[in-house]
Amino acid sequence: MASLKDLRNRIASVKATQKITKAMQMVAAAKLRRAQMAAEAARPYAQRMDTVLGNLASGLAGEGQPPVLIAGTGKDENHLLLVCTGERGLCGAFNSSIVRLARERAQSLLAEGKDVKIMCVGRKGYEQLRRIYPDRIVEVVDLRGVRSIGFKEAHDIASKILAMLDQGKFDVCTLFYSAFKSVIQQVPTAQQIIPATLPPPSEDEAAPVYEYEPVEEEILKDLLPRNVAVQIFRALLENQASFYGAQMSAMDNATRNAGDMIKKQTLTYNRTRQAMITKELIEIISGAEAL
Amino acid sequence: MATLPFELVSPEKLVFSGTATEVIVPGSEGEFGVLAGHAPFIAMLKPGILAVKGEGSLQRFFVRGGFAEVNPSGLTVLAEEATPVEEIDPARLEQHIRDAEEDVADATSDEARQRAERQLTDLRQVAEALEAGFATPAH
Repeated sequence: MASLKDLRNRIASVKATQKITKAMQMVAAAKLRRAQMAAEAARPYAQRMDTVLGNLASGLAGEGQPPVLIAGTGKDENHLLLVCTGERGLCGAFNSSIVRLARERAQSLLAEGKDVKIMCVGRKGYEQLRRIYPDRIVEVVDLRGVRSIGFKEAHDIASKILAMLDQGKFDVCTLFYSAFKSVIQQVPTAQQIIPATLPPPSEDEAAPVYEYEPVEEEILKDLLPRNVAVQIFRALLENQASFYGAQMSAMDNATRNAGDMIKKQTLTYNRTRQAMITKELIEIISGAEAL
Repeated sequence: MATLPFELVSPEKLVFSGTATEVIVPGSEGEFGVLAGHAPFIAMLKPGILAVKGEGSLQRFFVRGGFAEVNPSGLTVLAEEATPVEEIDPARLEQHIRDAEEDVADATSDEARQRAERQLTDLRQVAEALEAGFATPAH
């Protein structure tokens, strides 16, 4: 049986762990609020972009050669999976659930005989995918040094992808990230960004007839690459918010578990202490009786 | 005077949301002013100064990359970058100008070079206008 000193040490160490998880939970909660605000602030931009692109694309339908970013390369052979995960762990199943979704997609694509390439954003996803597909990872983007994600980071990733598209390295690009539903719910999501999936133009007759300056094709040529960056940016922000949400609930659980453990161990500690006192008393009394 | 709802949105946040009597937008084919009741219209932006005129007030923003959309419910400007003129960081603008210079040098096709050169002139104009401190109104 463990001695009293051992038990005391054990309780002290669990208490120290609990303090750490508690602190991490509070930090995550504070950062979550900021990340959530950033994700919400970015929504109007992405929404407007979608509507305008939808209008433009439908106006362009049937006229000449549609741009590659809408119509695709005409093939469906090479797939690029852009897997966005976090840079750090201690966040429950956040990273693994994104990776699992990407892995399932990769497996089904490979089973169909398609070629799959993977681009990782975030260290954690790379570490997990490296073990399964060591030779399929073409690029790793590390965002560890970035304090707060700005449009620039998304833009850099987008230009890398577009350069690969120009070189004909892939036909379809799918983005994997975790959509932020609420603090306790994050949904791993796969979104196809190349060719773009555009919302159908609104059906109501109120949709105005626009004039364009310069002509529609010029605008589309500029907007479509930008749209890729915007989608990635949105995914990164959602990811950030989801990460802190996941971390917060994971740390909340850990704190609670530590509390339970402390309670159980304190009980054992007190029982052992009382048992020892009783034993000593019995020894003293029986010793006195023997005299 | 009639007013129109106006929103200036950058990817990071909603920069401006409110009403204005007139907004002057640096379009890629030239500056244009938008008043209430403008016809539906989509135009690309060039790097430049966007001026928002309200009742006796005037606000200026530096915008770069994106487009403006006018529809019956008002004007929306989606810009890759939108900063109030007072908060512009000259170093950042310098950086943009340097980037544009590199683009001109790196351009492989005539079309790309032309586009890069146009960007560069636009940016230089903005820098000059900033130095001059807006002695003259935007038009």
